Amino acid sequence: MSKDRSSKNTMENSGLSADEQLLFCNARPEPYKPYSIKAVEDFANWARANSLWILAFGTGCCSIELRPLMTARFDISRFGIAGRPTPRQSSVFIIGGYVSVKTLKRIIRSYEQMQGPKFIIALGSCPANGGMYFDSYNTINQFDLYLPVDMYVTGCMPRPEALLAAIMELKEDIKVGNCDGANRYVENLDWYKANQKKVIKNWDMPDYNW
Amino acid sequence: MIYASMSEWFGRVGNFGLTLLIVTVYGLLVGALIERIIAKVQGRVGIPYSQPFINIAKTFFKRTAVSHGIMFYLGPVFRIAGGIGTLAFIPVIYGSEMFSNFSMAGDLFLVIYFMFFGQLGMALGAGESGHPYSAIGIARGLSQMTAYEVPFALAVISIVIQYDTLSITEIVAAQQGGWQNWTVITNWVATLAAMLAFLGMTGYSPFDIFLAPQEIPIGPPTEFHSAYLSFLQINRALFGATKLVLFMNLFFGGATGWVELMIKTLLIYMVAIVVGVAFPRFRVDQGIRFFFKIPTLIGIMSIVYVQMVLA
Amino acid sequence: MNTLLDRLATDFGIYDISDRKPAITTLKVEKQQAERLIRELRDREGYTHLNFITCIDYIEQGIFTLVYMLHNYGDKSTLGVEVDIDRENAEMTSIHTLWAQAWTYQRELREMFGINFPGSPRQEEDFCLEGWDDIPPMRREFNTKTYSTETFGHREGRVSEDPREHMKAQLYPTRGGDN
Ligand code: SF4
Repeated sequence: MSKDRSSKNTMENSGLSADEQLLFCNARPEPYKPYSIKAVEDFANWARANSLWILAFGTGCCSIELRPLMTARFDISRFGIAGRPTPRQSSVFIIGGYVSVKTLKRIIRSYEQMQGPKFIIALGSCPANGGMYFDSYNTINQFDLYLPVDMYVTGCMPRPEALLAAIMELKEDIKVGNCDGANRYVENLDWYKANQKKVIKNWDMPDYNW
Repeated sequence: MIYASMSEWFGRVGNFGLTLLIVTVYGLLVGALIERIIAKVQGRVGIPYSQPFINIAKTFFKRTAVSHGIMFYLGPVFRIAGGIGTLAFIPVIYGSEMFSNFSMAGDLFLVIYFMFFGQLGMALGAGESGHPYSAIGIARGLSQMTAYEVPFALAVISIVIQYDTLSITEIVAAQQGGWQNWTVITNWVATLAAMLAFLGMTGYSPFDIFLAPQEIPIGPPTEFHSAYLSFLQINRALFGATKLVLFMNLFFGGATGWVELMIKTLLIYMVAIVVGVAFPRFRVDQGIRFFFKIPTLIGIMSIVYVQMVLA
Repeated sequence: MNTLLDRLATDFGIYDISDRKPAITTLKVEKQQAERLIRELRDREGYTHLNFITCIDYIEQGIFTLVYMLHNYGDKSTLGVEVDIDRENAEMTSIHTLWAQAWTYQRELREMFGINFPGSPRQEEDFCLEGWDDIPPMRREFNTKTYSTETFGHREGRVSEDPREHMKAQLYPTRGGDN
């Protein structure tokens, strides 16, 4: 990433002190284009769909549903899905239920560190409309205000089958190439950032976590 | 080694490329097979055989890649150079001109050097990423490496004394003519020490603390992603298979054909797997103590054995 | 137990003693006596374990009731020491010198109820809520529904049903929602 701090294409990073600003990259992310050769892009999409690595980050009670998927009964490794402990290497972020403001900050950081193309599955009613925490002072009510969601699974909590079905549908969408949450995020970055900063009041991280 | 002509040199490079391809694909398939076996033990179906290849394609086709500096690029490059370098000096198939690669008189030491070159390169690259867990993983990995190096080096010295040569080809040649000539029979003490070191080398439990996916998110490669990661994945398969070939050559009589090679290496690999599924993980200090105790003693004994019994 | 309570009544003026459960007794004490009483219970009477510190908001009476739950491993009894403090400018003596973990509870109480514990470590730092700028959320005058709707918005199309009526209508549609 460019270290050029004067160019137009930079983020403000106003949440950081002058010293810290030097430690972080301030480049503005750009939407990426598909490969110009269609066959290559199709092959890449096929590979992406068949090798989904899930970030092991459970945010709420729904994420307990991920465990049965890994074990003998459902065994998602059959479909090329594996858990990854680090955001750098994973491509799917499963928002496992309610998202408190404190968690939201970590989710944004992790999501931005993931390498595109990246996908978000929002699990449970909580990220969709607040669920049973709709009147909580501490959990957000609409997750898609803050990050782009590719697939919603409703229920409180959804059965593992429902999650499996969502993953299968996500795969189909990736194969035909219309799962571009990461690009949507980058294109509407200012809108998303405004929403994020509205609820995260102590914004003490870079505007985009490279 | 003097080559008669340019074309012979190119031929050798081409042959080596072919070996490289076969060994890498074989390594990936073995990896998938092992995954499937472990899955079966756990009552699961497991990944398809094509999964490692798809994973590599996927990581390669990632659209973005963040860099952390020049050493960060070089880490995976050094790592894969270590893998290729190791393979380059190992004669893969005994008696086959085509698949003996660049093996020569002193290749054993070169191979041992290359095996650790990759690890050091990786340590530099992962250190550059600045991730604290990478640093922890490297510290653990390198200290464990220092520990299992000792019995392995002792075992290698022992067989070097036994066969009085530093050439892997000659060591394999000396083991031909039936299983009773294999090092595992003639010098079982050295083999035992080396196999114990092998457990540490493969990085399966109980010696997988430096990877520890849950505690220190997979250790050294934490920050590596996209194409860097696909290099590491390829190297993991290549290097794993290369180590197996080396062990087969040194201790189990080498192979005269690909089928023999595959059966033998798979069986050697199984040793690590069986130990791995049966034993829980050592802490790093326990692991180091383990290697410095019994395996090192066995290693020293193997040298004594060679001097007293075989001489 | 009773002799202990009698002695505490004369020495510390405890009142409102009640047995909540066979092994759980609560008692009330004046704010000035509280720290001395807890110290005495810990050092002399074997109540060496601090289960938790919590707070109840009696907004109608204008008080917070702090509850210190102490446990005695010797006879497996639990004692709840309750202290009433004023809701306005709520302040209480810190007991982090008795149990080091108490300051975590006190930090939480400060954040959630706005109770001050002078001298308690890291009081000013955020505990759970990062960058909170409203009145402390567990005080009962704080309207969490309004806050939530204002801050986090309301998803169009979301409706709330009375569970009882809704399930009746679902399960027994022919009886007009009446079973
Ligand atoms: S949807 Fe239900 S189960 Fe899921 S996080 Fe919300 S409350 Fe928990």
